[in-house]
Amino acid sequence: MDLSDTAAEAAFRRGLRDWLGKTLPELPPPPDPDDWPGRRAYDTSWQRRLYDAGYAGVHWPVEAGGSGATPAEHLIYLEETERAGAPYVGANFVGLLHAGPTIAAEGSAEQRRRYLPPILSGREVWCQGFSEPGAGSDLAALRTRAVRDGDAYVVSGSKIWTSHAEVADWCELLVRTDPEAPRHRGISWLILPMDAPGVTVRPLRTLAGTAEFAELFLDEVRIPVGNRVGAENDGWRVTMVTLSFERGTAFASEVLAGRRALGALAARAARDGAWNDGELRRRIGLLAAEFTALWRLVQWNVSEAGAGGVPGAGASVFKLRFSEARQRLYDLAAEVLGSGALLLPDQADQADRSDPAEPAWTAQRLQGLSYTIAAGTSQIQRNIVAQRVLGLPRPGRSGAGGG
Amino acid sequence: MDFRLTEDQRQLRSGIRALLAARYDRERLRAAVDAGGPLDRALWAELRAAGLFSLRATGPTGLGLGPAEAALVFEEVGGSLLPGPLVASELAAAHGVLGPGSAPVAALLRLPPGRGPLLVEQLPELEALLVLDSAAGELRLLDPAEVLPLARPVRGVDPLTPLWEVTGTLPAGTRIDGADPARIWAEGTLLTAASQVGLAARAVRSAVEYARQREQFGQPIGAFQAVQHLCADMLGRLEPARVAVRAAAVLLSAGPELTPRARAEVAGAKLLADEAAARGARDCLQVHGGMGFTWEADVQLLLKRAWVWQRSFAGARECAEELAGQVLADGSR
Ligand SMILES: Cc1cc2nc3c(=O)[nH]c(=O)nc-3n(C[C@H](O)[C@H](O)[C@H](O)COP(=O)(O)OP(=O)(O)OC[C@H]3O[C@@H](n4cnc5c(N)ncnc54)[C@H](O)[C@@H]3O)c2cc1C
Repeated sequence: MDLSDTAAEAAFRRGLRDWLGKTLPELPPPPDPDDWPGRRAYDTSWQRRLYDAGYAGVHWPVEAGGSGATPAEHLIYLEETERAGAPYVGANFVGLLHAGPTIAAEGSAEQRRRYLPPILSGREVWCQGFSEPGAGSDLAALRTRAVRDGDAYVVSGSKIWTSHAEVADWCELLVRTDPEAPRHRGISWLILPMDAPGVTVRPLRTLAGTAEFAELFLDEVRIPVGNRVGAENDGWRVTMVTLSFERGTAFASEVLAGRRALGALAARAARDGAWNDGELRRRIGLLAAEFTALWRLVQWNVSEAGAGGVPGAGASVFKLRFSEARQRLYDLAAEVLGSGALLLPDQADQADRSDPAEPAWTAQRLQGLSYTIAAGTSQIQRNIVAQRVLGLPRPGRSGAGGG
Repeated sequence: MDFRLTEDQRQLRSGIRALLAARYDRERLRAAVDAGGPLDRALWAELRAAGLFSLRATGPTGLGLGPAEAALVFEEVGGSLLPGPLVASELAAAHGVLGPGSAPVAALLRLPPGRGPLLVEQLPELEALLVLDSAAGELRLLDPAEVLPLARPVRGVDPLTPLWEVTGTLPAGTRIDGADPARIWAEGTLLTAASQVGLAARAVRSAVEYARQREQFGQPIGAFQAVQHLCADMLGRLEPARVAVRAAAVLLSAGPELTPRARAEVAGAKLLADEAAARGARDCLQVHGGMGFTWEADVQLLLKRAWVWQRSFAGARECAEELAGQVLADGSR
């Protein structure tokens, strides 16, 4: 067991720290959170800078366009960018953190050549078209149909809660290619160009008031057969690879963000007297323990998985704990803010911005309500942990409920 | 960074696991319960001979290992529910309180005590009683025979942890020079946390085994989602606690100095491990239903021991305050 940097890791850390120290002051101020085109431009231009400096997709294999850094170096990348307050992946989330890794793991050589470099250089943005109105937790119930017509699939149906759809170029799309087969066996994983004729995006307003995600309507959209990742009807297996990336490593940096936000919260509590409340201090202490341990869990999983490993079902343990810890952080922040927690984000943020590093608590609290729902609800993660990690029996027919 | 266990560490762990399984199986555990938990001298001697209490001690009988290895061993020890003042004895040997190479049966008290009576485990069996005086910042060695007249046996909640309540003024004892009380306290906290992790892991195993085999409504109860979610949460608490303990142990291994980072991670590890063990044992009881409430089932032993260890070395309040202080220091930088 060794948690210290090797010589190579220390050099990587130093280089990155220097580069961030030089680069971050040159960045323009971030755009309004609700200005999606503005956010896309901002997020992709940051990605471009990372790319030019050789820090894009450090964790991706060299043949996929990454720098082939070790998993440990990837964690150093996350630690240093978070520590320096670098921009969040934002609109690049899906491409960089799960569509890209899925194509790297499951795509053809041709697909890797075509799709991976533009993700890394920030030229192309991806979204995820998995969920449907009738298929959320029960994803395998998806109904969007794809009928083979020559060298294309003709796709009709609809998707929902598609994050960043408005500004995406590509969509990782799940479709039913064999309606006769058992549910899990008739699904395929396709790459949908968002500008194809027949694609309509209708923004959905979230409870936070923002247009974070959208509905996607597909009306006889032609998708070339060459856009299929994995074999026809083998899409469920590919999907499990995608989901394990999504649940496993994609949220790792949020643990660090949570720990940093906790520090800002403590500083604020100390300024306004809330710190004298012993119960509050102890809850902060407990959350600090959780965020630290969750980061250690990331380091442990990465060490165990080794280079290029796909995170296993154990990722669900992390997803479960992390999402609940983040929500507890925001509830704690609301206690520190007192009645200020009732103000809508922009006003609450004005209330005390003496610390520029302090997050916009109310906005984050609202956004954070999604953590136990998006990427698989906490109930579903518990089912996965129980059945796939602990090996408990699958529910029978007579009333055990849910699977 | 490579957080995985080394080959040596894996071997150490499986060696200890085999040793404990051979010397302290369920039959022996239940025999100890029936006997009311006096220290099993013969067993203790066997384990001492195997080096269990002198993991970090140097010299002819010591194994000369580090905190990381000691923590791994205590995970196994905790899961075995072995009774006795294990952590304090290891500390006494590691710091050579009776001279180099000694591995006494030792307990440790901290003054001033927290809330409630001043309790010592296994007092008549002790060869050394360590008193950590936080106010004076020093460690003292007392002769247990001199303390015994000040104490009376009390009925403890854990059938495997006999307790004596000490009243009156403790003898001064002798000051142990060269000992760093804060470091020793942190080490004891860490090894106790490691024990809790082992206990929590046993609770998960026990709950899962039972849930697979017990049938109600025509199917194993483990197929019911309510039961699955209890088990999943047990694992969800165990895994972060386990890595927190291991990481804290690695930080303590970096050198004799107790850094603020190491202190904080030890506190976090204990906080999470206590929670994983005490809540895990409770959930394990819930999964076992009425059977779990019987004296026959081992669930009670898990829960009661978890309660004892919660009160050993740094407790929840102390750990959380330590961490809050660290968060504030980081946040105000
Ligand atoms: C902010 C946000 C962003 C999202 N982004 C995307 C995206 O980009 N692409 C995409 O494809 N999807 C996205 N989603 C959708 C997300 O994956 C689903 O919302 C999620 O999987 C839950 O499905 P559902 O909303 O249909 O809830 P339902 O499945 O209807 O569940 C409703 C409730 O029932 C519970 N439940 C359901 N089944 C079971 C069971 N078997 N056992 C126990 N409890 C059960 C759930 O836990 C939940 O509490 C996003 C969601 C959010 C909130």
